[in-house]
Amino acid sequence: MNAHEILQPRPEGLYCPPGDFHIDPVRPVSRALVTHGHGDHARAGHGHVLATRQTLDIMALRYGEDFAGTTQAIGYGERIAVKDAAVSFHPAGHVLGSAQIAVECRGKRIVASGDYKRRSDPTCADFELVPCDVFITEATFGLPVFRHPSAGGEIERLLKSVRQFPERAHLVGAYALGKAQRVIRLIRDAGYSEPIYIHGALARLCDYYQAQGVDLGPLEPATAEGTARDEFAGKIVVGPPSAFADRWARRFPDPVTAFASGWMRIRQRVKQRGVELPLILSDHSDWDELTDTIAETGAGEVWVTHGREEALVRWCELNGIKGKPLHLVGYEDEGD
Amino acid sequence: MHRFAELLDRLLLTPSRNAKLRLMIDYFRETPDPDRGLALAAITGNLSFSSVKPAMLRTLVMERMDAVLFSYSYDYVGDLAETISLVWNTSVGAQANDREISLSFAVERLLSASRSDGPRVLADLLDRLEAPSRFAVIKLVTGGLRGGVSARLAKQALADYGEVEVHDIEEIWHGLKPPYTELFDWLDGRAAKPERTALAMFRPVMLSNPVEDSDLARIEPADYAAEWKWDGIRVQAVAEGGLRRLYSRTGDDISGAFPDLVEAMDFAGALDGELLVGRPPEHTGSFSDLQQRLNRKTVAQKTMRDYPAFVRCYDLLQQGEEDLRALPFAERRKRLEAFVPTLDPERFDLSPLVSFGDWQHLNALRLDPPHPIIEGVMLKRLDSAYVPGRPKGPWFKWKRDPYTIDAVLMYAQRGHGKRSSFYSDYTFGVWTGPENKLELVPVGKAYFGFTDEELRQIDKYVRDNTVERFGPVRSVRADPNHGLVMEVAFEGLNRSTRHKSGVAMRFPRISRLRWDKPAAEADRLETLTAMLV
Repeated sequence: MNAHEILQPRPEGLYCPPGDFHIDPVRPVSRALVTHGHGDHARAGHGHVLATRQTLDIMALRYGEDFAGTTQAIGYGERIAVKDAAVSFHPAGHVLGSAQIAVECRGKRIVASGDYKRRSDPTCADFELVPCDVFITEATFGLPVFRHPSAGGEIERLLKSVRQFPERAHLVGAYALGKAQRVIRLIRDAGYSEPIYIHGALARLCDYYQAQGVDLGPLEPATAEGTARDEFAGKIVVGPPSAFADRWARRFPDPVTAFASGWMRIRQRVKQRGVELPLILSDHSDWDELTDTIAETGAGEVWVTHGREEALVRWCELNGIKGKPLHLVGYEDEGD
Repeated sequence: MHRFAELLDRLLLTPSRNAKLRLMIDYFRETPDPDRGLALAAITGNLSFSSVKPAMLRTLVMERMDAVLFSYSYDYVGDLAETISLVWNTSVGAQANDREISLSFAVERLLSASRSDGPRVLADLLDRLEAPSRFAVIKLVTGGLRGGVSARLAKQALADYGEVEVHDIEEIWHGLKPPYTELFDWLDGRAAKPERTALAMFRPVMLSNPVEDSDLARIEPADYAAEWKWDGIRVQAVAEGGLRRLYSRTGDDISGAFPDLVEAMDFAGALDGELLVGRPPEHTGSFSDLQQRLNRKTVAQKTMRDYPAFVRCYDLLQQGEEDLRALPFAERRKRLEAFVPTLDPERFDLSPLVSFGDWQHLNALRLDPPHPIIEGVMLKRLDSAYVPGRPKGPWFKWKRDPYTIDAVLMYAQRGHGKRSSFYSDYTFGVWTGPENKLELVPVGKAYFGFTDEELRQIDKYVRDNTVERFGPVRSVRADPNHGLVMEVAFEGLNRSTRHKSGVAMRFPRISRLRWDKPAAEADRLETLTAMLV
């Protein structure tokens, strides 16, 4: 069976004719398999959603309990039949509950990785390598310029700055799902035990992570009215990056704006955003991890999606692997 | 090496002057010799390597990676040094570890490399460093290291670090060499202040305070001399023992860009004066003309011919062996008046004193100066010694009033630090085109001059009247029927080929918000172009 008969791009998302389902559809469909809870992959309004328990919980937190007609939870490694296809979910190491989806049909296996990273992350299960015939990879940081440094070193720079500027508040921009909790956990791992102040938009997801056994230490709302500015001096505040351009940020004394993102590798990006302390911290694979993963899956064919497809396709060509861009619409190639 | 790389990145991204000072002071405190001195040399532009040329870098990186992947990367990043620092594939077996490589190790390797083994030495270093340090090394060897810090600010950091005055640093700076161990020994209190041993060193300059309203009532006209304040740049020309140096007022050696002037420095002494271009005494060029000669390392023959540099002398600090700085101004002036006529008249002339009766008389002269390149008057107490810094009392500057224009707010950009949630940097424009088809053309940018309360009001206005957003910039509604008029004050106007309007303002700031004024009544571009000298 041709791989294209098993999975094919459609305007709604990646479609599997033998199983009659879509993976991460961007428009409402009758049956959806969802890799993880980020908004561009997990949308509300599908007839039926199959995902990990944690992804379903996160979707319910974000969209309300009635985000889909019916839902079904699947555990990592569990294999189930969906019509004429067999599917299984495997940890992607991206955020809590994130999964790669393996689709098998007549002896051929395709893995749709969703977003993934290879480094260990204390807030979610580590990536699991799934050998396959066709590997569908993301390419958010699919350029040789992206080599993420060690997370520990970045957190060390943040804490050094907190010590160096005790009269200023450090505002750390981090996306609400995954990055924020990882940053907080990493700060704890570096030995910082003071309360960390969080923006209201992070509260429910942080609570959920804590309930799932990810210890984030003492968190306080950064939104409390009537707090004197000076109380935030020397403190770490975590919030969505968009909030820092907002009037919300004015409650903090002479803030140092930090932003935890893989994009912070590029100085021009840092300057554009007016970031004073860039923290190169990503939940996506960097160039070396992308190319290593492609090689390790043993896939003879690679489909590249959302991001800088052309460089990864070129790499495949140089390494004798059949590679092609998969033009899916609706995904942000500006993920963090 | 990682500390140095981190310092450079933070200095580049930190907007606040005080924060930059803190970063440098902490670095000096936590870094041992000779690394901290080499970092200081790098920041102040006193470290150069001849064994590595920029073109070689490209060759090195292309040996290690696919040309197509490199071009995708370079297209994306835009800066060659940064691209190479990021895409660099370390050789097989090489272990990158910044912490094991000191800045001094890297500098020594590069300095001792011959031209033929320069590429190999550089490649070996890049193999052993991580990306931020690779970037620092590449910028160092290509001479492109500009850390968002002036040499002046670095000297201020040294002064704060050692709790001394910045002019104490400036005074000895030119006798010191990287890695500045004797300087740090002194600042750390382990040794005496380094002696001024070198020839033709810089003398810290004496500066003035602006005349405030109450000042004139308290001082006597008879105690002061007045002279024109020329609109050039303040310099010090020092010649001693065959060595000739031209310094900016912060002690930077700018001789290299003024060989025409340096050639004429066949005297023994130190002169304080204004650097100008033109043919004295008849012709004095404008500040725009002078700019043709500023901020260059070298200068073309044609530029020197078209814009010959000269010094209009204000003061004589040293004559032969004799230090005159302790003498009263009146005495130094007499010496100066005798000294200048012995010099090449095309390169040195005397700044004339202005005789006046009372302050009212002087004010009238100030408001109607005899030459367009005069920007006010200076008052110098006749008995004042020449002392470094800006003492209150002996010297005053009484500048001509600034120019003002009514302009319309066009774009606003978010600020940094304290102002990161405020739209605090404003681009403003004036009208051009026929009355029935008015168009705004941007003429400048300003980010101060308003109060905190006014900032809040403008910020609200920007948010309420946003037309478009581009990252941190918002375009604000501005048409003849709707717009915020700002009165902008500025010190002068230059011709500019870089700006669409053809003019560039000097030192623009917001002097008043004209909430009352209809946008259509703001000034026209012709008002500005008429002001060009």
